[in-house]
Amino acid sequence: MKRKLRKTPFILLGFFLLLWLVGISLGEPTRVLEQAKSICLECIGIG
Amino acid sequence: MQTIRKLVQAVWIFLINGFWGFPITGNLYQGPLKIICSPGLNCYSCPAATTYCPIGSLQQLLLSVRFSLQTGHYYIGTFVLGSMGLLGASFGRFICGWACPFGLIQELLHKIPSKKYSIPPLLNRCKYGVLLVFVVVLPLLVVDQFGLGKPWFCKYICPAGTLEAGIPMVFLIPDLRTTIGFIYLNKICILTGVIIWSVLASRPFCRTMCPLGAFYALFNRVSLIKLDLDKEACTNCKACHKVCPVEIRFNETPGSGECINCMKCMTDACDFEAIFVNVAGYRLARTGKSRPVSARQS
Ligand code: SF4
Ligand code: SF4
Repeated sequence: MKRKLRKTPFILLGFFLLLWLVGISLGEPTRVLEQAKSICLECIGIG
Repeated sequence: MQTIRKLVQAVWIFLINGFWGFPITGNLYQGPLKIICSPGLNCYSCPAATTYCPIGSLQQLLLSVRFSLQTGHYYIGTFVLGSMGLLGASFGRFICGWACPFGLIQELLHKIPSKKYSIPPLLNRCKYGVLLVFVVVLPLLVVDQFGLGKPWFCKYICPAGTLEAGIPMVFLIPDLRTTIGFIYLNKICILTGVIIWSVLASRPFCRTMCPLGAFYALFNRVSLIKLDLDKEACTNCKACHKVCPVEIRFNETPGSGECINCMKCMTDACDFEAIFVNVAGYRLARTGKSRPVSARQS
């Protein structure tokens, strides 16, 4: 059985890096930060 | 190795829950670190949390997709999914074995002496259903008149959220106690069930219910860093079967999505160096040297 450098992880990393950058360019981190800064009552089972 | 793993798990707990000023501020951490994705399941409403929970944030973005688009924003979850994918493609379920607070909590509970039970393998598949239905489909499709959905997994299931945020927040903010209702009590029941089950069986939540574990499981076979089997070195002695906390037969299913990559089989069981860490196709040797897998196997 011959093995060499596996390419799949790099392809996947490239794909998700692209998604991540798209998210940043759309301003999504601001929204994520806004949500993560406040208590999500629904998330903890209240409200 | 397992002592080192426990230490690494403890360090991660304190890294992603590093805000201990909450008894003074009476509120959760609100600083800029919350832009960083927690690798493991860790509720961002936990008063000490310094990072965001990928599963919580993903649901929040999906449930408000319609509203975002109507208001001219394109918050469709790509940033969160990108962060999760980068972690998954790099480490697979090494995160479950080494960096998730709720995984460590279950492991500690399992140390409580009691009769121990196994988990039927069929139940392992439920977590994929939880990911698809409660994290993606329901938040996206079941919406109110304003086009907003609900964070179904967080709201109705997540025991990590109840333990890390639901209970502490009710203590921290007394006004919240008046709003406790059926949903909260339901979540307390789920948490109690998971705690009891964790004493009796190893990592039951991770194996049957965790949507983040299900997501990382998709990468276990192809992640940059993964556990691998040298088939020629394996003697089929089955020693690895006996130590596995998630009841996997590593030599029969290398790369299984169920493996949390705790490395117990590699360091505590296999005498033939048949199990090894594979980094992008290169064997990470025990000597610390990295050499191509082909070099060893040819
Ligand atoms: S399966 Fe979920 S709860 Fe368990 S260790 Fe992985 S991310 Fe954490
Ligand atoms: S197969 Fe090995 S590395 Fe995977 S969970 Fe079991 S003992 Fe840990």
